[in-house]
Amino acid sequence: MHEFSYEAPTTVDQAVKLLASDGDSARVICGGTDLLIQMRNAVRKPRLLVDVKGIPEMREISFDAKAGLKLGAAVPCIEIHESQVMHRYYPGLTEAAHLIGSLQIQSRASIGGNLCNSSPAADTSPALLAVGAIAKIVGPAGTREVPVEKFFTGPGTNVLQKGELVVQILIPPPAPHTADRYIRMIPRNEMDIAIVGAGACVTLDGDKVAAARIGLGAVAPTPILAPKAAEYLIGKKLDEKTAERAGELARESASPIDDMRGTAEYRRHVVGVLTKRALLGAAERARQN
Amino acid sequence: MSKKQLVETTINGEPTEFLCETRQSLLESLRDVLGLTGSKEGCLTGDCGACTVLVDGRPVCSCLMLGVEARGKKITTVEGLAEGTQLHPLQQKFLEDASLQCGICTPGFLMSAKALLDRNPNPTEAEIRYALAGNLCRCTGYDKIVRAVMNAAKVMQGR
Repeated sequence: MHEFSYEAPTTVDQAVKLLASDGDSARVICGGTDLLIQMRNAVRKPRLLVDVKGIPEMREISFDAKAGLKLGAAVPCIEIHESQVMHRYYPGLTEAAHLIGSLQIQSRASIGGNLCNSSPAADTSPALLAVGAIAKIVGPAGTREVPVEKFFTGPGTNVLQKGELVVQILIPPPAPHTADRYIRMIPRNEMDIAIVGAGACVTLDGDKVAAARIGLGAVAPTPILAPKAAEYLIGKKLDEKTAERAGELARESASPIDDMRGTAEYRRHVVGVLTKRALLGAAERARQN
Repeated sequence: MSKKQLVETTINGEPTEFLCETRQSLLESLRDVLGLTGSKEGCLTGDCGACTVLVDGRPVCSCLMLGVEARGKKITTVEGLAEGTQLHPLQQKFLEDASLQCGICTPGFLMSAKALLDRNPNPTEAEIRYALAGNLCRCTGYDKIVRAVMNAAKVMQGR
């Protein structure tokens, strides 16, 4: 691996100053489970690594019934899985975090890192899209909030500018009778990259859908929303038939490619199947809330 | 060569200081700097788990962590399992149950199993298999390893 400097600031301000100090060649390290492999393969050669795991607000999970969730971008996935608040209010996002790699990886990897690595197949991204998550970004010019659907700009790229870092993920409080679900399809039972990932969040009003969001992974250059499928469901009863139709509409949002994990045609098919299952799973949970 | 960094940490219960380059992984720091060669290098991508150590009680691939990140942490390696000549029950059961052949994966399996039993002293077979999913063995297979962990759990609970 090439030579680089390493700093471990304890405040966001210090981190921003460090990141801004070395132009495009400074990079945040959180769990390092993607970054260190990229550095070993000379895909990335940062001159400065800024370790953000010692910044308290990046390690907190706090939930308020009115303000919603503040999830520190550096919270390791295993702590998300161990959080009762996360299981209760965002079970779909929580199951996505618990699907990433092995326990060894989950002990290090974070949702903020998953977001900023910006893989089209990132497991937590469709789940973040489904719950309407917002990235709280701090940089030299101040703080800005970017909805996750506007965060990605292409495979491995995003809106972060020089000196900026994602400090927290903000998620609105779920309305009554709301729940989320994340499902992915991989070639093995565990520990692989998604062929398709589908996140759904559903709010019920009686037996009708009051609100819905569907996020898809691994079927476009970035994780995407499937807005047509979500809109179709509003005011309808969510059952086998309507979920099937929503799945068909979600297929229209996908623009997958062929690769070693699956063909575009197969991926498009699986989008429909997983969207349907994620919706029915989310609705099942929402009925119990 | 870049300036070396001083890292103050705790390894297997002993306060320890070592010097490493920022680019050295925790695995390289353990093996090449501290001479703790029990942790093995396998894939260097976090897939095989041969380099698994515990960091503040959690299993971590030491190939995917920098040595400098060990500052202020409590690191446990396979060298920290036995007490003197007394093997840890996991080590004893791995031997008795013939849970290894070439042995390269064994330190990692032992550390993942320890992380599990420390949190869940009486795991089900499914829980054991889940906890060991980040460790690959290419010669013994997994049944004997799972059995050894179940048997070690029994010993540790006095059953």
